[in-house]
Amino acid sequence: MTTTALNPHEHTHPAGIMRWLTTTNHKDIGTLYLWFSFAMFLFAGALAMLIRTELFQPGLQFFQPNLFNQLTTMHGLIMIFGAIMPAFVGFANWQIPLMIGAPDMAFPRLNNWSFWLLPMAAMLLLGSFFAPGGAVSGGWTMYPPLYIQGGPGYDMTILAIHIMGLSSIIGSINIITTILNMRAPGITLMKMPMFVWTWLITAFLLVAVMPVLASAVTMLLTDRHFGTHFFDAAGGGDPVMFQHIFWFFGHPEVYIMILPAFGILSTIIPTFARKPLFGYHSMVYATASIAILSFLVWAHHMFAVGMGVAAQLFFMYSTMLIAIPTGVKVFNWIATMWRGSMTFETPMLFSVAVVCLFTIGGFSGLVLAVVPVDIQLQDTYYVVAHFHYVLFSGAAMSIMAGVYYWLPKWTGHMYDERLGQWHFWLTTIAFNVTFFPMHFTGLAGMPRRIPDYALQFADFNVISSIGAFVLGAAQLLFLYTVVKCIRGGKHAGEKPWEGADTLEWTLPSPPPYHTFENPPAIA
Amino acid sequence: MQAKHYYLPAPSWWPIVGSVAIITLASGFLMKLQNIEAGIYLMIAGALIMAYMLFGWFGAVIRESLAGKFNDQVDVSYRWGMMWFIFSEVMFFAALFGTLFYIRIFSVPWLGATPLLWPGYSADWPTAGPGFPDPFTPMGAWGIPAINTLILLSSGATVTWAHWGLKKNNRSQLKIGLALTILLGVIFLVLQVHEYQSADFTIKTGVYGATFYLLTGFHGAHVTLGAIMLSVIMGRVLAGHFTHDNHFAFEAVSWYWHFVDVVWLLLFVFVYWL
Amino acid sequence: MKKILSHITALSLYNGQAYAAYNLNLPTPATPIALQIYDLHNLILIVCLFIFILVFVFMFYALFKHRKSTGHQAVQFHNNTKLEIVWTIIPFFILIGIAFPTTKTVLAMKNVEHADMNIKATGHQWVWEYEYLGEGVNFISNLSTTQDQINNKVVKGPHYLLEVDKPLVVPTGKKIRILLTSTDVIHSWWLPEFGVKQDAVPGFIHEVWFQVDKPGIYRGQCAELCGIGHGYMPIVVEAMPPEQYTGWLQVQKATLAEAATTGAKIYTLDELKTEGEKVYLSRCAICHQANGLGVAGVFPSLVEGSAFSAAPEVTSPLAKRGFWKDGKIVMGTKNEHLDIVMHGIPGTAMQGIGLQLTDLEVAAVVSYERNSWGNTTGDVVQPAEAAAIRKKGAPS
Repeated sequence: MTTTALNPHEHTHPAGIMRWLTTTNHKDIGTLYLWFSFAMFLFAGALAMLIRTELFQPGLQFFQPNLFNQLTTMHGLIMIFGAIMPAFVGFANWQIPLMIGAPDMAFPRLNNWSFWLLPMAAMLLLGSFFAPGGAVSGGWTMYPPLYIQGGPGYDMTILAIHIMGLSSIIGSINIITTILNMRAPGITLMKMPMFVWTWLITAFLLVAVMPVLASAVTMLLTDRHFGTHFFDAAGGGDPVMFQHIFWFFGHPEVYIMILPAFGILSTIIPTFARKPLFGYHSMVYATASIAILSFLVWAHHMFAVGMGVAAQLFFMYSTMLIAIPTGVKVFNWIATMWRGSMTFETPMLFSVAVVCLFTIGGFSGLVLAVVPVDIQLQDTYYVVAHFHYVLFSGAAMSIMAGVYYWLPKWTGHMYDERLGQWHFWLTTIAFNVTFFPMHFTGLAGMPRRIPDYALQFADFNVISSIGAFVLGAAQLLFLYTVVKCIRGGKHAGEKPWEGADTLEWTLPSPPPYHTFENPPAIA
Repeated sequence: MQAKHYYLPAPSWWPIVGSVAIITLASGFLMKLQNIEAGIYLMIAGALIMAYMLFGWFGAVIRESLAGKFNDQVDVSYRWGMMWFIFSEVMFFAALFGTLFYIRIFSVPWLGATPLLWPGYSADWPTAGPGFPDPFTPMGAWGIPAINTLILLSSGATVTWAHWGLKKNNRSQLKIGLALTILLGVIFLVLQVHEYQSADFTIKTGVYGATFYLLTGFHGAHVTLGAIMLSVIMGRVLAGHFTHDNHFAFEAVSWYWHFVDVVWLLLFVFVYWL
Repeated sequence: MKKILSHITALSLYNGQAYAAYNLNLPTPATPIALQIYDLHNLILIVCLFIFILVFVFMFYALFKHRKSTGHQAVQFHNNTKLEIVWTIIPFFILIGIAFPTTKTVLAMKNVEHADMNIKATGHQWVWEYEYLGEGVNFISNLSTTQDQINNKVVKGPHYLLEVDKPLVVPTGKKIRILLTSTDVIHSWWLPEFGVKQDAVPGFIHEVWFQVDKPGIYRGQCAELCGIGHGYMPIVVEAMPPEQYTGWLQVQKATLAEAATTGAKIYTLDELKTEGEKVYLSRCAICHQANGLGVAGVFPSLVEGSAFSAAPEVTSPLAKRGFWKDGKIVMGTKNEHLDIVMHGIPGTAMQGIGLQLTDLEVAAVVSYERNSWGNTTGDVVQPAEAAAIRKKGAPS
């Protein structure tokens, strides 16, 4: 080869829709992911509003049980696979190359594919509402034999999960390769920003468990249509086996949705405390231990299926152990705030709220880890409260924190701080009004996934519903604030946050289409 | 001389073509499940679009590689990518093996210990479960499966021998080794089809049939894919591609082939033999 | 607008004040195990609350004192290995403190040995069936809340959705073992006051036990999503002193024996329709609706001539049995009708519900369906015909 090195960035991008369909640029793809997840978040949120409308009072007022079960199932599926996971991949796409000084992701075309598989999956998933018999109504966990009974909407969901799984696997391989191979010289693994570390571990979890989910739903499909008996006792199978395989995926999946959130918090809190993250090394080790432990705790979702006493005790002890690395993280965040010089812009407000509320979710997790107590609380509203404290006030509110934090970088404009703070307070208060009472309805004995309930649960349900409507409305304010920021606002400058110290803040805002074509020099 | 920058491809059509292929395939399959006639045609269309995408996309990558646009860092990326892809495949099969172990260690013995619901059921593997009392002949290990084990192990050796040839710049050893590997792969598949045809049970024969066909079926699909990839590599070898120090595509496919090999060994032990 | 008004009226039918209950903890325990769980939960809650306050006192102190607006300067420390070790070790010991009493309770819950009596509980979509093993007594326990209450047409009773026609009756002071299974999907048998929750898995048996000392009526619900009737399959247990229980058991046996001898009676259509409506509303209406029109795309209508379209998995077996043609429901033969009610349609949500009913109930519900909502076959189906279909078994 005698030709001189080609300039890798000589091409320009096409205009209009073509730009987005064919893009190989990590920033474009990050933007696509974020908007996709925002749309899904609002849609699945609207389903939640319908659920809370029906549950406002005992009795059936608006939806028959068949439709109600579709609403709860699809709310779960879309929030998990459509809203939270793609949102974090959006952050990964935007931030990882910028934070490690890479020119782009390792496989830019695969990156495009992993995004454009998602709308296809979403077409199948949302389209299933129009299938004869409607969308899936057997719960997002898809337990057979109930799942075997459903109509074509169930097959659409299975294939949607296959496609989303493919997207996740491709996306994660891309992220792992980018982090392992594309770091600017001088950024060793133990010098990477915490957000990059959490995503490295998350991507590993994704590659490890998405194929497991794929094989689980494949067996559902063959049981439904090709006469196999994996989940049928008459053929020697066991319906509970599906739960084991599903939760072997499902528990790491929980950490897939929370570890990147930890990464965002570990980026934002030091910035606004104006001092470095406390205990970086122990944070890395804690994240890794959470990931490893996540493979050993799956059956704590199934304490009531009738497993042996040894299994119950093993999964109880291993689950309790997870409290330790999780606690280490919370302690480190608080130590980071300690004796700092804090200011409370919207990203920091969200982060502080997450630390506090996520800890509540962590404690209710500890309560649920205890087998005898779990026997009382499994499949009740207590569990609903628990996972919303983890996934809404943990994952979703961290995403909001991250959006406010990086919006100035992405758009070049400051968001409207006053609107941001309104959004924060409305969200945080309404969230607690919605979900805190669910601890009590659960303790009192209200099962989840029921369209109608006994009268003694009525009062708390009214409160929950009112909170939910405010929570839903607050997210429209979020949408407005984001759009307003994109359209204009105070110029952000290179580094709007005084305490920020990662690489992306050395770039102009918004950053040029291609960045770090030559790796930055690391001090 | 190496490209100075990490190669970043221009905007590309191929991913969206791939997505269209997948949604077409999926829609066709869904229609087929509902016995809608158009389903099969849609599936064929999807497969053709998919083939078009694979040719176009891999073709583009090969052209870039031949044009010297990839530096060592890109090469490392491809290596990581292939390794993690194979890891994801390992996890897919791990779940299927987990199913087999769960059924044999837990669910079948439990059913045998539940006389209240399944009186008279003795939980001896292989079994089609308490609801299917008709006897059937399970697949023995020492006929075709043993021969197939030998075939796949030899093909692992021949592909490594071909790799040595490539590294020594011995192109004829490379070609012979590759051709032998593909031939062995095809013989394996033919024998596998023959085994399926002569089987005394179907996928509907309880958990034995279900685990047998799902495990060996997915393995067979992977062998088929591996053989196709080997054939593509053969075509590229004949076209003069690859040098003794730059032939990642060859290595990637041979990794995949070895992976398929190892899965077979486990299948032989746990599905056929024990 | 009219709809909204009707909803408001519906809401006024629910008298919130009468049953206001802001319960903040688990229900009052009625068994020793439930008491242990109650105490365990309180213990963990207190530990958690204590840690929470301790930790967040630090955070809120920092939030107020260490802020830029008060002029606080950041101190650039970022590492302290000793501290890290301390806050790893201390939680570990706290967890051991929790694990110890918990393990004892787990072992006690799982000990189903030496039971005084065994009851097999079977979950069906969407009722519970109880069989007193060795006594020859078994019955179905149906939800007794009326459709009118559910649809807000009348005031809801105090035990709305938590009441059944025949509760499970058990003696007090005895260790009772429940053998749980299911015939269709996974259900879960849950009685909060007993500290018992166990999934009922089709094809498997799982055992739980309880011993209740105080006579009374205890209420719970199915706790595993099992389809559209999941919210409508309560569990009600009535605990009575052993002497009274023995009396109750004798009455059950006598009633069953009597029912066995009256099978030959010939019923009139009106008698059958009255009985059939009761069965229909408790067992069939949840899917096929009280007006017989079903749910479009999912649950077929039962009304001759009404339009119904769905996936071929649903419509083709119907067509084969002569109940569906060209997008419309037609009325098939009496025997096919009996067979569907008795053995269900494999591969669909239609279960063999007749196997859980008496011959009279099957005959009555088929007679009712063939002569209601505009269906005018005039067919009078007698219990003997149902018995014949039952004897014949499911078509292969």
